[in-house]
Amino acid sequence: MASKNKKLNLKDKYQYLTRDMAWEPTYEKHEDIYPDESFEGIKIINWDQWEDPFRLTMDTYWKYQAEKEKKLYAIFDAFAQNNGQQNITDARYVNALKLFLSGISPVEYAAYQGYARVGRQFSGAGARVACQMQAIDELRHAQTQQHAMSHYNKHFNGLHDASYQHDRVWFLSVPKSFFDDARSAGPFEFLTAISFSFEYVLTNLLFVPFMSGAAYNGDMATVTFGFSAQSDEARHMTLGLEVIKFILEQHEDNVPIIQKWIDKWFWRGFRLLSLVGMMMDYMLPNKVMSWAEAWEMYYEQSGGALFKDLERYGIRPPKYQDVANAAKNHSSHQTWATFYQYSQATNFHTWMPQEEEMAWLSEKYPETFDKYYRDRFEHWDKEQKEGNRFYNNTLPQLCQVCQIPTIMTEKDDPTVFSHRQIKHEGERYHFCSDGCCDIFKNEPEKYIQAWMPVHQIYQGNCGGADVATVVEKYYHIVPGVDNMEYIGSPDHQRWLDIKGLKPLSASRDKTAAA
Amino acid sequence: MSVEIKTTSVEPIRNTYSAIARRFGDKPATRYQEASFDLAATTNFHYRPLWDPKRTLNDPTRTALRMEDWYSVTDPRQFFYGAYVGNRAKMQEAAESSFAFCDKRNLLTRLPEETQKQLLRLLVPFRHVALGANMNNSKIAGDSTATTVSQMHMFAATDHLGMGQYLTRIALLLDGSTGTALDESKTYWMDDELWQPLRKLVEGTLVIDDWFEITLVQNVLLDGLMYPLVYDRMDAWFGEQGAETVSMLTEFHRDWYKESLRWTNAMIKTVVAESDSNREQVQSWIDQWEPMVYEALKPIAQATTGLDVLDELRAELSVRLKKVGLQSTGVQA
Ligand SMILES: [Fe+2]
Ligand SMILES: [Fe+2]
Ligand SMILES: [Zn+2]
Repeated sequence: MASKNKKLNLKDKYQYLTRDMAWEPTYEKHEDIYPDESFEGIKIINWDQWEDPFRLTMDTYWKYQAEKEKKLYAIFDAFAQNNGQQNITDARYVNALKLFLSGISPVEYAAYQGYARVGRQFSGAGARVACQMQAIDELRHAQTQQHAMSHYNKHFNGLHDASYQHDRVWFLSVPKSFFDDARSAGPFEFLTAISFSFEYVLTNLLFVPFMSGAAYNGDMATVTFGFSAQSDEARHMTLGLEVIKFILEQHEDNVPIIQKWIDKWFWRGFRLLSLVGMMMDYMLPNKVMSWAEAWEMYYEQSGGALFKDLERYGIRPPKYQDVANAAKNHSSHQTWATFYQYSQATNFHTWMPQEEEMAWLSEKYPETFDKYYRDRFEHWDKEQKEGNRFYNNTLPQLCQVCQIPTIMTEKDDPTVFSHRQIKHEGERYHFCSDGCCDIFKNEPEKYIQAWMPVHQIYQGNCGGADVATVVEKYYHIVPGVDNMEYIGSPDHQRWLDIKGLKPLSASRDKTAAA
Repeated sequence: MSVEIKTTSVEPIRNTYSAIARRFGDKPATRYQEASFDLAATTNFHYRPLWDPKRTLNDPTRTALRMEDWYSVTDPRQFFYGAYVGNRAKMQEAAESSFAFCDKRNLLTRLPEETQKQLLRLLVPFRHVALGANMNNSKIAGDSTATTVSQMHMFAATDHLGMGQYLTRIALLLDGSTGTALDESKTYWMDDELWQPLRKLVEGTLVIDDWFEITLVQNVLLDGLMYPLVYDRMDAWFGEQGAETVSMLTEFHRDWYKESLRWTNAMIKTVVAESDSNREQVQSWIDQWEPMVYEALKPIAQATTGLDVLDELRAELSVRLKKVGLQSTGVQA
């Protein structure tokens, strides 16, 4: 059967190994097999123009991934056997892991489900295969993170019921509603939201803080996961870029739709990242870089170059980018202050930064820290030392879109909340910002459905009439163990025991904790 | 002599995650358990899907079957991601050396022209069936709620993609990596009478909405009849046609099928044992689909092993279903 035709090049060969397996149906209608491809208004003229973002056949996928897994689990085993949790800088660091396991790992899982779905919805077989590989990668991330954290869970509090808490705890509706929003959208919006905005534009602002934070703080299990996931993420980023270029090139009518999604998902992503910002500036005993520096490097510079590149498709940078850029000097302080006063209802601890940390914050935020935040923190610190550790017993107003308490401030005046409100069909809705307010106005019928944790508590849907009962019974947060102040917590006591330091009395002596 | 290194042990405050402890007790858990139970969101979803406003995200009513707890369906292979890719990496290694060997010794291109044509007409088009299986299992992975169920289908989705790629490579061996054999093979799938009932069946599965109905039709009924037919009985028949070497190249498919019986049997058994209404629903799907699957494979059996073989296999499938309290028409054969 020797053929005189030319040998296939790599690209064509890969297409034979993937999309050529598909065929145009004749017994069923195309739209019945792919019913979700048109309702968003996106027009795809020719799926053949899809460029494969990477060319992995299954056999090479199994082979490479198995090698990575083998190394990863060897390190997890060694970490557990040698009680590597004792090598971290300080037990305060583990609170970043509590946030990670309850806030991020469940969205890895949601990403798995979302990509499995779009891995079926698209009629382009090349795109389906790429999405399915991302699906199974995200399953990997969700599962290896359970295993990476497994040993910490045995030795520290607050990590024990992460997925359960993700569905219920007030601040975890921030990441949960973000991914619910993407997954309840159509397949093209899902990809614009997650593959492009999240995995491409903002990924470094999520990944680098946690993984470098682990490296700087002696956490071998987490940093090993980070290294291992790096090559997965490289694929995910390539998919993100390919997707956006493909959709934009397919039809000019797609441009305004994509622009609207970029605006929306930039803003939602930016809001979600406020949790990461506070983690980076406040929860890492050894700092990597400030949130403002991270934002400058990974958004203002890299994002700037990217959107410059997309200009030729008629795409401009995300709306309210200027507000986000200005917020980099405020958001981590505002968020930490919020969590400080509501940590009676979180699965992690908060504390006031130590003297040298405040000095670092002053240095990194020369325009804002001393002027707006230091006084407040010093005041709380003093109160705390006098036995009046501040907890706010009144629940906050939440933003109807991002679900973060409406704690953010005006771009030009950090002493005024950027609170917005509108009436829709006789009901009043509140927002943290113009960014969130616009998102609502574009799809009010979606956002009026939101399961707002504070409202649900007041409606009596969270298993108790008072916050203490909700926290214990509905959230599964063990009172006095998982929540509240770090100083004097069981984690703190245990850490001092491990380090051979005398347990502290109720009044806090910071030199002993250092 | 054995040397035991002394290590310091530190008393843990708990042995596993709370969700795992609620199911299995507070004791050290397996990797499979910590990776597979209660990971998926179950409640307080924020928005209804635009693509299915009648139901919520992660909605257990995407199938008509009801389970008190879908996590009672578990994987006897205990595959979580790492175990899965580890196992498949070994299987692909064996396949790789067979393909390399066939390539180096020209074992396929040495076959008579007529035999090569038979491979393109009767074996390679099954890669299109594999693609349908890939799509169906990806849908199920996205629709089913419990991780224990969903992940088995995601693994099946990527497995089918991989197996379709091995079939593709058989044609690429034949045509010297030019793609001409693949083009020829695809025309059989699209136009040859022999394939149309099966192609119609596969397209029909792609419009089923209920994910359990899909897994039943795809992973139990179709695979249950097709894999033994193609990779066991037709494999022997190809041998008789002088193409025994191709058998080396489908070893993966045989190993895979043997293994897949473990989880599909376990799943069907648990789901059917849950309630009479589940059993009745599954039975009615079998009544509807099993004869169609049989009819779809009939022309291929007739052109190769003879119909007797398909009838025999149908009887075997019927015995397999009978073990879990289900019936199919196979026994009359
Ligand atoms: Fe991920
Ligand atoms: Fe990713
Ligand atoms: Zn907001």
